[in-house]
Amino acid sequence: MSALQQKVASVLEEPGCATNQAKGEKERKAGCKKQLTPGAAAGGCAFDGAKIALQPIVDVAHLVHGPIACEGNSWDSRHTLSSGSHIYRTGFTTDMNEMDVVYGGEKKLYRAIKEIIDKYDPPAVFVYQTCLPAMIGDDIEAVCKAAAAKFGKPVIPVNAPGFVGSKNLGNKLGGEALLDYVIGTREPEYTTPCDINLIGEYNVVGELWQVKPLFDELGIRILATISGDGRYNDVATAHKARAAIMLCSQALINVARKMEERYGIPFFEGSFYGVSDMSDALRKISALLVRQGGPADLPERAEALIAREEAKAWARLEPYKARLKGKRVLLFTGGVKSWSVVSALQEVGMEIVGTSMRKTTANDREKVKEIMGTDAHMFDELPPREMYRMLRDSQADVMLSGGRSQFVALKAKTPWVEINQERHHALAGYDGIVNLVDEIDKALYNPVWQQVRQPAPWERPDWEQDLEEWQSCNQEECAGEVCHG
Amino acid sequence: MAEVKHSRKACAVNPLKMSQPIGAALAFLGMDQALPLLHGSQGCTAFGLVLFVKHFRETIPLQTTAMNEVTTILGGLENVEQALVNIHKRAAPALVGLISTGITEAKGDDVDGFLQLIRQKHPELADMEVVFVSTPDFAGAFQDGWGKAVLRMVETIAKPSNVRRPWQVNILPGCHLTPGDIEEVKEMVEAFGLTPVVLPDLSGSMDGHIPETFLPTTLGGTRLDELRSMGESAYTLVIGEQGRAAAAKLKDIAGVPYTVFDRLTGLKPCDDFLALLSRIANTEVPPRFKRQRSQLLDAMLDGHFHFGKKKVAVAAEPDLLYALTTFLTEMGAEIQVAVTSTESPLLNRVPADEVLIGDLEDFEQGAVGADLLITHAHGRQAAARLGIPFWRSGLPTFDRLGAAHKVSVGYRGTRNLIFEVGNVFIENLHEAVPDDFRPTAEPAASCGTGCAHGAAAVACH
Repeated sequence: MSALQQKVASVLEEPGCATNQAKGEKERKAGCKKQLTPGAAAGGCAFDGAKIALQPIVDVAHLVHGPIACEGNSWDSRHTLSSGSHIYRTGFTTDMNEMDVVYGGEKKLYRAIKEIIDKYDPPAVFVYQTCLPAMIGDDIEAVCKAAAAKFGKPVIPVNAPGFVGSKNLGNKLGGEALLDYVIGTREPEYTTPCDINLIGEYNVVGELWQVKPLFDELGIRILATISGDGRYNDVATAHKARAAIMLCSQALINVARKMEERYGIPFFEGSFYGVSDMSDALRKISALLVRQGGPADLPERAEALIAREEAKAWARLEPYKARLKGKRVLLFTGGVKSWSVVSALQEVGMEIVGTSMRKTTANDREKVKEIMGTDAHMFDELPPREMYRMLRDSQADVMLSGGRSQFVALKAKTPWVEINQERHHALAGYDGIVNLVDEIDKALYNPVWQQVRQPAPWERPDWEQDLEEWQSCNQEECAGEVCHG
Repeated sequence: MAEVKHSRKACAVNPLKMSQPIGAALAFLGMDQALPLLHGSQGCTAFGLVLFVKHFRETIPLQTTAMNEVTTILGGLENVEQALVNIHKRAAPALVGLISTGITEAKGDDVDGFLQLIRQKHPELADMEVVFVSTPDFAGAFQDGWGKAVLRMVETIAKPSNVRRPWQVNILPGCHLTPGDIEEVKEMVEAFGLTPVVLPDLSGSMDGHIPETFLPTTLGGTRLDELRSMGESAYTLVIGEQGRAAAAKLKDIAGVPYTVFDRLTGLKPCDDFLALLSRIANTEVPPRFKRQRSQLLDAMLDGHFHFGKKKVAVAAEPDLLYALTTFLTEMGAEIQVAVTSTESPLLNRVPADEVLIGDLEDFEQGAVGADLLITHAHGRQAAARLGIPFWRSGLPTFDRLGAAHKVSVGYRGTRNLIFEVGNVFIENLHEAVPDDFRPTAEPAASCGTGCAHGAAAVACH
């Protein structure tokens, strides 16, 4: 068994994963590798997942070793933001050609690393393996080791070629690279009893900055974010945190669990989406820090902050109630978001007509049931054709989903709000939930819906009669549109 | 005219180039009831899908054979078979465009052989046409993939015929033509009383219409029966060098004569195009084109003030690069730097000192001091760093609306281009300040560069 295969197997058997724990021993051994169905598969590959997990480290040069497809077709397309360096948005690739396939790409990779260091001098270079060089046997670990020794700079191999599995597996393999090569390699300048790590927060459209002031106010220092708006040197010191919050469902569970194991950093799974979830995360981290030797008054201060912020958020949501009451929402997302935003939407009077259970755990299912009082509205699969039919038949007033299904809603002339990674509005924390409700309001009440749903005049049954009426109206100089509409 | 150079770097920085397989996929997306299927790992499909969704703002039917590391080594017969069977069951497209990728090419999968075996084993698939195209990621670029897919469609589906349809004309547009461009070309051809068969026709599928139903295949585009009838057409008109091989193949198969227009932007090529249509249709050029031509001449006269001696940096695939740079120089601008993605016989004829097959880092370095940058949306970072006005052209354009409906072919398209680009120059005109005229300032010897920074803007105009 190759090192990569062992790594993949170990990640797939992740004991921290709730789904895995629920399985019998035999099933657990088999891992959670789902076979993809040729001709009916959707979603990114492992390389994509590794890049999603690590690219938010903003001061690192992310070099993709492979043919042009892997980087050329996808670079600079995510909305993870930086408060400093922008080198993470630069596309670097070895752009392998036929000669590289025949003779091997290792020398080219080595030269590429050198060029990047000469020209851009980043604190570290991350090298991503892809299918083609993995297949022909390019040893990126060896090249990275040699380059690091020669150039005196960390050069980190990220061994997650696309064909080893799904995006989710790639997230975890990206995390493994940090565990193997980065975390614990530097000491922080100083530490505080309230140092924490955020694991699985990517600062999509600045959401990290939306919640950071809350932590700042409590005196909780975010030592390292893995990996939103991250800095290489901060991630390298992450082993000195007192506690951690794991976000984004199970994507980086292996990182959280292994850091607990290796460095004694306790963690819990939380979410910054929704009022009660945000409060819950603040409560739990405060309690955890006290257990870890933090200031005893932290929970009390947290409660005061929570009370203030919740009151503010509910007050800001109040004006929406009259406008949104009874509006039916179809929620097509996955993981924690299938329930974490539900309570806020219900609070403003919206009705959830369906929520998808993709990528969710048994725990998530329980929570949906608890919040909604029934499991009648959960669904596992919703093929686009079925989704289109539901929306066209007006079974929902608005759909909340990821970009993939955007055009299903729009073609069915149904309001739509983006809630996954490509969103342009920040949805985290107390402000975020108000933003989300405002986005829904903005979508629902846009005047285009009424216009686009009107058939053309000649498609109406009595259109000739309508036209005559409209003409006679016009002659009498009344507003033609009154009759026409 | 231009010397063609290759970047010698080991590391491509900020790629201009995209891969062959997704270029081929886009060609199949211009076919009616089609589903492109990439033979590779699922990421190959996912990246292409996201790219097209963002550019066209449409759902994109695109599937994968979902190869993993084991099947890659053992060969992909079973994956191709399962994929075709599943697609037939779930989507029942009329046409599957089966597209190879880097790993399946490096392994050497004999896909034509696979298809024979699968056809024997699964007679139920007989109503589904499958066209295989070989497009390794490690060679060529996006427009090469498009060209190969069109060639393969002609090769496998077009038929020889004794019948001639004197009113039918084939149009082979390159991938640099937008759905809006193709609509414009179709209108031009139809105005002569001719019936165009466009291969492939993105204006039928990727033009952003609201369909009456929702299917997991393309809705609109070239129908297979139209493709089959192309051998009966009177003539083939090719727009862009990338379509030449397909037109030549059709001539071999069915004897249809062809002409390659290396571009359809600018006065001269449009004149030639209409003159040829007039000859094929044996009718006079309709009055509307005389009017449009006159409008274009007027736009050229109004616009030339703003283009003269402007220095423009352009990065685009060969056919688009050629169309843009010839247009710009015909309006009086100069090409400061020209970067492209892949080889083409057109490159020597680009009106610049040299053409570099390279990336957007090369482009950015060469563009310092230019008056305007033109490339696809990925030029935005360079534009921000250089502080130079940026006009987006080409795929992907993910950060602007209406990429599919930009028109730059024909008299009207050329006129439109003069206005759009000219307005960028006008917007960035420099108003003089007293310091501009201090004697210590550099003499305004090279007006072109001077205008960029405005030092001699007034003197220039």
